[in-house]
Parts: sequence; structure tokens; C-alpha cells
Amino acid sequence: MAEVVLSVKNLTVKRGSHTIIDNISFDIPKGETFSIIGPNGAGKTTLFKAILGLIKYEGQVEWKRDIKISYVPQRFYIDSELPITTQEFLKLKTNSEEKIREVLESVGLKNSDAHVKNVKEHILDNRLGDLSGGELQRAVIAWSLLGNPEVLLFDEPTAGVDVVGEETIYSLLQKLKETHGMTILLISHELEIVRKYTTTVLCLNKEQVCYGPPSLVLNEKTIDKLFGEEMHYYHHKHKN
Amino acid sequence: MEIGNIIFLTLTGALVAASSAYVGSIMVLKRMSLVGDALSHVALPGMAIALALGISPIVGAFVFLSFAVLGIWYLEKNSDTYPEALVGLFFTASLAIGVLITKEVDLLEALFGSIEKISVYEGLATIVLSVSVIIVTSLFVKKLMITVISEELAQTSSERISMINLLYYVLVAVIVSIGIRFVGTLLTGSLVIVPAVASKNISKSMKGYFLMSALFGVISAVVGIPLSKGLLLPSGPVVVLVSVAIFIITFFYKKLLTR
Repeated sequence: MAEVVLSVKNLTVKRGSHTIIDNISFDIPKGETFSIIGPNGAGKTTLFKAILGLIKYEGQVEWKRDIKISYVPQRFYIDSELPITTQEFLKLKTNSEEKIREVLESVGLKNSDAHVKNVKEHILDNRLGDLSGGELQRAVIAWSLLGNPEVLLFDEPTAGVDVVGEETIYSLLQKLKETHGMTILLISHELEIVRKYTTTVLCLNKEQVCYGPPSLVLNEKTIDKLFGEEMHYYHHKHKN
Repeated sequence: MEIGNIIFLTLTGALVAASSAYVGSIMVLKRMSLVGDALSHVALPGMAIALALGISPIVGAFVFLSFAVLGIWYLEKNSDTYPEALVGLFFTASLAIGVLITKEVDLLEALFGSIEKISVYEGLATIVLSVSVIIVTSLFVKKLMITVISEELAQTSSERISMINLLYYVLVAVIVSIGIRFVGTLLTGSLVIVPAVASKNISKSMKGYFLMSALFGVISAVVGIPLSKGLLLPSGPVVVLVSVAIFIITFFYKKLLTR
């Protein structure tokens, strides 16, 4: 079995007397795509913040020593009048133009001959706040790739991106995993996407509802328990 | 007043305005403009005590402002919602206390500044401080900008974000302290904020934004100080009104562009 990059044991997060997540345990081996699914308010983002050490928690969170982690937050709201170009945004992290070109290529903002002018004019020299939802998400992924992280945490990759863009963000993540050997942690609420791209899934609704490969654990019973009846029927209809 | 003196004061004022505008442009992006303004009121009791003790009011202002920025830093770090109302209450209370304990003869000077009273030593110290603030800010500006874009990105991508924020607040305390001598406690906030919002109206890139902010600050001082001397008016309000005029021009320029 591959080396474990993250081991979480009995993780509990409380806010005052209110328990947000209760006793969660899981291990993530290197190179996995690990999904966390659950309804709104289930504590998914809280779980991310806890394992990143951004908030207080009880229990154990152990990362592999000296591992490089990047985080793409869920709501990446950019003031459309924020005076910063995409190029400057990426340069906050590196001075190397070569590296910037590299990461832009890995996120599909290619500098091919036909597009060289496009990328420069429409992406790099444009205000970060003027990018479309999909472009911004790619730019933020590009930013998170600078510094060669081994683990990428991604909170709801599709939020704010149109349906055509959705598919490409996931295939992009898949590609990154293959080419960079990265471990990816995703928060998602789209079951089909989770089934298609994920090696292990953790169902979260305050407590750990399921944990394992999606083909084994994402059955109607767990989905019912996780999302309630409504989702079950929706899912059923979708499958037929 | 001799010409040489006016030139010296204008140069000093220009550097104060440039450093205030540079630091202030980050403050505007951090959406802390009003905090920056309220912050300057805390300086008043400090200045009153310094004047009573016969030391430079800049020193008194800086000591009080340092405590205030530590307070802001602590609240920001340890509280989920930024308690802006509390900050406002505390700062206006300082202003009230300051007005009560400042001697009447010094009050107008403390509230609206008086560059005529700046000694050569104070002027030189101000020049050194302004230049230092500009240099230190430029060393940390990238990390500060990451905090502006997303506090979460900053927390996960940069090592000591809380220390960088603290350093930034200390820079704010320094520029407010030196700005007060020029335009007074009531108007320092505008030295920090107005050039930056004027620049934000017309800037697309970060580089342009910072450069234009500093430039607008410099123009406000270089036009405002000699103008106030010529018109025999107090310099603080004139400098501030010049910067407001620049803001109005950029505002309409932006309207024209986006129409």
C-alpha cells in the first residue's frame, strides 16, 4: 500500500457547545483522489479547515513530514475592481515567468501559437476580477500549483463554473494527479462526479456516514442517510 | 516665511504623503479605511501628554497609536467577526479624552496640524521615517497583497501571516504619527485614504495602483503646501482638499471610461 500522506483520528470540531463534526477518522494514501461529500452544513469546509490547522479541533491530524499542501478555497470572491492583473497575482508567489507559463499550461491556459495573444491579453494582462468563473478557478489552481505542492485541497471545484466548464475542471484535476503524482482532496456534492473521479469517498453529515471506494459505499442506503429521501429519488431517476 | 523653508516643508510633506498613500493603498484594499481614520483619533491624548511633558508630539502619538494597533491586531486575530463598532467606540472615546486634556492653545494645532512648527530635526526625522516606511512596505507588499486577496490563501501559503499583519499595523502607526504633525489628528486619515481611492478609480494593475497613489499623495502636498502659504491658510486642510479634488477628477474620468 502506498505511503500515507494524511492520517486523521477521532477528529472533532466544536463551536461553543455546538458540535460541528464528530469523531471522524480516515487515512489518505499518496496519489489518491479523496472526496468528502455531504449536504449543506454537514461540516465539509470545517473538516478542511481543521486538517489545515486553520481552526481548533480535538483529535489527531498527522500530515507526512514536510509535505507541501495547497488549498483552493470554496468562495474565492474577487472584488472586480481590485487593481491586480492575473500576471501580478501569480507573481505574488514566484518571480519566474517560466514557472508561471508552466502552471498556466497545466491548467489548460495554453500559450500555443494560436492562443499566445489570447492568454496574454485576456488572462495575464487583465484584472483578476475580470476573469470568468472558469478562468478564475483555473488561475487560482495555477496559483496553488506554484511551489509544487504534493497535496491539493479543493473545496467544491465546480462552484461558480458553468456546466461545460465543470467537466474540464475535473478532467484537469485527473490530469494533474497523473502528471504530477499529486494527492487530491475534494469537497463535492455531485455524486456522479465523485463516482467517476474518486478513489475513496468520505460521507459526512456531522458524523462519518460512510468511508471507502465509491463503488462499494455509495449505495442507496448511505445516500438516503446522507441527503434524505429527496436525493434518493432524484438519484434513482437520474440512473434510469 | 522664507522660500527655503517652504521648499523644505514641501519636500518633507511630499514624502509623508507618498508613504501614507502607499501604506494607505493596502489599507483601502483591506477594507479598513474607516478604521485607519478612527485610529488617528487615538493619537490625540498621546500628543497632549507629550506636549505637557515638553517632548515631540510625534513620539506621544506613536506610543498611543502603537497600543491601538496592537489592540486591532489582537481583535482581528482572536475574533471571528471584526468588532468594528467596538473599535469606533474606543477611538472616539480617545478623541473625547484627548480634547479634554489638551490645552486650549495646543488644541487647534493637534486637531489640524501645523507644519510651521516643525523643527529642522523633526523634519529630518520625518524624512528618514517616511523613506523607511516606503522601503519596508515594498519588501512585504507581496505578502500583504496575498492577505488582501484571500486571508485563507495567505494562511495556507505564507508562513507567518499574523506577524506580517502586525508589521503592517506598526507601519500604519508610524505614518499616522508623522502625518498628524502635518495635517492633524482629524485629517490624517484622508492622507492615508484619499490618494488610494483616487488611484483605485483609474488603476488596472497593482503596480499602477501603488504608483498612482503615491504620486497623488505627492501632488497633494506639492500643490497644497505652497498654495496654503500663498493664500495664508492652514496647510493641512488645503493639502486634503487638493487630494479630494484629484479624487473627483479620477471619479469622473472613470465614469467617462465606463460609459
